[in-house]
Amino acid sequence: MKTKVTLNVNGQERTAEVEPRTLLVELLRDQLGMTGTHVGCDTTQCGCCVIHVDDKAVKSCTMLAVQAQGKKVVTIEGLAAADGTLHPMQEAFRDHHGLQCGFCTPGMVMMGVDIARRLPGADEKTVREQLEGNICRCTGYQGIVEAILSVVNPGAVKEHHHA
Amino acid sequence: MGQFGIGQPLRRKEDPRLLRGEGRYTDDVNVDGQLWAAFYRSPHPHADILSIDPAPARAAPGVAAVFTIADLDADGVPDMPCEVELSDLSGRPMWKPMRPILARGRVRFVGECVAIVLAATQAQAREAAELLKVEYAPLPAVADSESALAADAPVLWEALGSNVPVHWQNQDSAPVDAAMAAAAHRVRVRIVNNRLVPSPMEPKAALAAWDAQAAKLTLWAPTQGGRRIQANIAKRYLRLEQDQLRVISQDVGGGFGMRGQTYPEFVAVAWAAKQIGGAVKWRADRTETFFSDYHGRDQVNEAEMGLDSDGRMVALKIVTLVNLGAYMAENGPRMPIEGGGRIIPCCYHAPQFHFSVKPVFTNTVSTDTYRGAGRPEANFLMERLMDEAARATGLPREEVRRRNYITQFPYRTPMGYVIDSGEFARGMDDALRMAEWSTFEERRTEARARGRLRGIGVAAFIEAAGGRAPTEDMRVRVDAEGAVTVFSGSHAHGQGHDTVFSQLVNEFLGVDPDRVRLVQGDTDVTPRGSIGTFGSRSSMMGGGGLKASCEKIVAKATLVAAHLMQAEPAAVRFETGVFRAGASETTFSEVAAAAWDARRIPEGMTPGLDESCLFQREAENFPNGCHVCEVEIDPDTGTPEIVRYVAIDDCGVVLNPLIVHGQVYGGVAQGLGQAMVENALYDADGQLVSATYMDYGMPRAHHMAHVEAGFNTTPCRTNPLGVKGAGEAGACGAPPAFIGALVDALRDHGVTHIDMPATPEKIWRAINRANAPA
Repeated sequence: MKTKVTLNVNGQERTAEVEPRTLLVELLRDQLGMTGTHVGCDTTQCGCCVIHVDDKAVKSCTMLAVQAQGKKVVTIEGLAAADGTLHPMQEAFRDHHGLQCGFCTPGMVMMGVDIARRLPGADEKTVREQLEGNICRCTGYQGIVEAILSVVNPGAVKEHHHA
Repeated sequence: MGQFGIGQPLRRKEDPRLLRGEGRYTDDVNVDGQLWAAFYRSPHPHADILSIDPAPARAAPGVAAVFTIADLDADGVPDMPCEVELSDLSGRPMWKPMRPILARGRVRFVGECVAIVLAATQAQAREAAELLKVEYAPLPAVADSESALAADAPVLWEALGSNVPVHWQNQDSAPVDAAMAAAAHRVRVRIVNNRLVPSPMEPKAALAAWDAQAAKLTLWAPTQGGRRIQANIAKRYLRLEQDQLRVISQDVGGGFGMRGQTYPEFVAVAWAAKQIGGAVKWRADRTETFFSDYHGRDQVNEAEMGLDSDGRMVALKIVTLVNLGAYMAENGPRMPIEGGGRIIPCCYHAPQFHFSVKPVFTNTVSTDTYRGAGRPEANFLMERLMDEAARATGLPREEVRRRNYITQFPYRTPMGYVIDSGEFARGMDDALRMAEWSTFEERRTEARARGRLRGIGVAAFIEAAGGRAPTEDMRVRVDAEGAVTVFSGSHAHGQGHDTVFSQLVNEFLGVDPDRVRLVQGDTDVTPRGSIGTFGSRSSMMGGGGLKASCEKIVAKATLVAAHLMQAEPAAVRFETGVFRAGASETTFSEVAAAAWDARRIPEGMTPGLDESCLFQREAENFPNGCHVCEVEIDPDTGTPEIVRYVAIDDCGVVLNPLIVHGQVYGGVAQGLGQAMVENALYDADGQLVSATYMDYGMPRAHHMAHVEAGFNTTPCRTNPLGVKGAGEAGACGAPPAFIGALVDALRDHGVTHIDMPATPEKIWRAINRANAPA
């Protein structure tokens, strides 16, 4: 028993046949071949699968594909410009060494964009609290927090010791 | 040091691709016609298997095959060995069990693989696995190492007759006991070093595809370098020539020591693909990784230190239990003895040292290497002893450390390892200064006025890096246009090799980093002697091999340049990408073009500019440092907040400070994770009750604080780049710095130790137990 679902992914209309139980992340990864969104935990804890649905950060492992009917979805693949130029949040992650293995990174960047949209001027404590739902095992969060702060509140980025 | 060379904080080359979601991790790869695998896993910690009926699973929709140990045995697939050799003082060797790929007759931990099911989709495979009928006769189980020592404890291996396969000691304890008895001060600690789940964010996965035409199997899997797994699986389990198996680990979502091993699931998936003559894919969900990834730590340490009246150590005694789990993983018993043993007694001189280790079997997941692999445990117990020594002698915590630091190098440890360099007191002074240690009491007083308990902790640590596996194979090829390809035996899974190796090529050949390409993680193209990345070895081993390969390139290019300039080779100088002889000069690119042209090279020379080096290390290196942590506790809830964290690290010569600091921050977070929230918890019956991220505390951004980091560089004297490892230092420094700060904050409550993880509940209880009326 399959259901047809039509949604807008990164500006393109996409249609797919899905089972009722198919998760949005499974639709994106397995059926649409968009593997930039990752699955890290299956229990809505890690945030590797964060995307934007109608301009809100959503864990795509916790939403059924059929619930995305008619919605506007933006994934990590939709963030950079067509020529590959990085989005300012992506650029900030690079500048501040906000990624190592890269697995949590798509979710972190999508969450960072969401924080920037909702909480301009946020301080470090707020940014850390906002990242409650995103786990990174490599960076100790330092580069991630700095990257997001550099976009939302550049004055709050603490001085670095790269000597 | 050029603009892009050694020491520059070059932004990472790998980032744009990963940031755009263009990484290629194992689960991103699919092969047409692939079947999906699911494992049926034991729900029992300990049970005899009376029967397995695969019929209902075989009859389920989409199912292609169900395999059990009977199928593997029929094909002659051998069991998995442990590689560690140990013996007791009498010379009796350690008893070692073999682990079957799928359980044979008995299960010994929850999550042990019993059967593999292949079906058209992942959902079908998982659903069918649940239909497998297995009849069990449950046996009593034991999960913690101390309980497993009891006379009436369930025994996992009847052939052994107990749960202790060896009692290893470095020497007889008599001389140490005598020195201890004569000591002016004696202090003791008992440490429970909590069991951790490494938890790289990419769950374990594997895709194996058998190509009958080529008689070759390709295995995509997240590894820390595929050669060893290739050799193991091809030769031992599948009886193929090594190169009939191609292992690909392109992007790998973190490793932390748990990705170097040949896991039974990899063997089962590879064997199943060959068996069906097709492709089989498996992806663990997170809970499966809790049962499949080898765990880390899980030691109990009883340690005693004797000091003279000046506070100088005269004797040290450590008695360790290490929980092996049900089987003996590839490196399992190595953790305390070699992992930790090669640095004990850490930064300090101990004239007399006795070390006793009992590995213990329990009905749990096997333990093996995890970030630090024995060194965090060793440093933690030494630093807890040092804080206790300060209390017993009345010396300040920094002073008792200062009096015991090793100051003369090279220094031979009691276990026979030689530390080449270090400036421990200088590192501590830097850390104390940066952390404003001397004015801490003002901050404690100020916090007390706000109703908060504030404490500060200092931890010195030493690490050992790059030591195991004494070689690495690196190859550098310069093409006719002057672009460079590095074929790397080292393997990056987050460490930024593409960037750092490009910097090294820039340093040695003058080639722009953007014209350097890294090839790694594919056994068809990486060097034959490739080992991989673990134990913080890539800077020394990969870097060393790369330097030597570049030197060979320069040597040959110098001959070509001399030929082009019609000069004597001895008269040619190479500097920043240009060869000069007298007034003549020619660029590296021009020489590279000539080198590939048989008409433009000296007679008898083979065309090409392609060199490799099987680099052999002289010794391992010893990263070290000093971390200071300051905490505030809310006494009403027991919640600790890290208000300041200072990390001074000696990583030797720093190749890229951005990346080295990143390694330190990540290590600190894993260390704080262990100290604050992480705990793989088994109940008394052997059920793993923390098997999701809802139950297992992962450190989050709000647990961490901004780490102020600095370097106390002493170049390593035993490798060509002067580098020391950076990956595991933070995990060594953070637990004792944090626990030391907590204990300091709670000193007025009579608290002298809190076991990890020091959760708010544990802290609250410590405060309130102390406050309770007698």
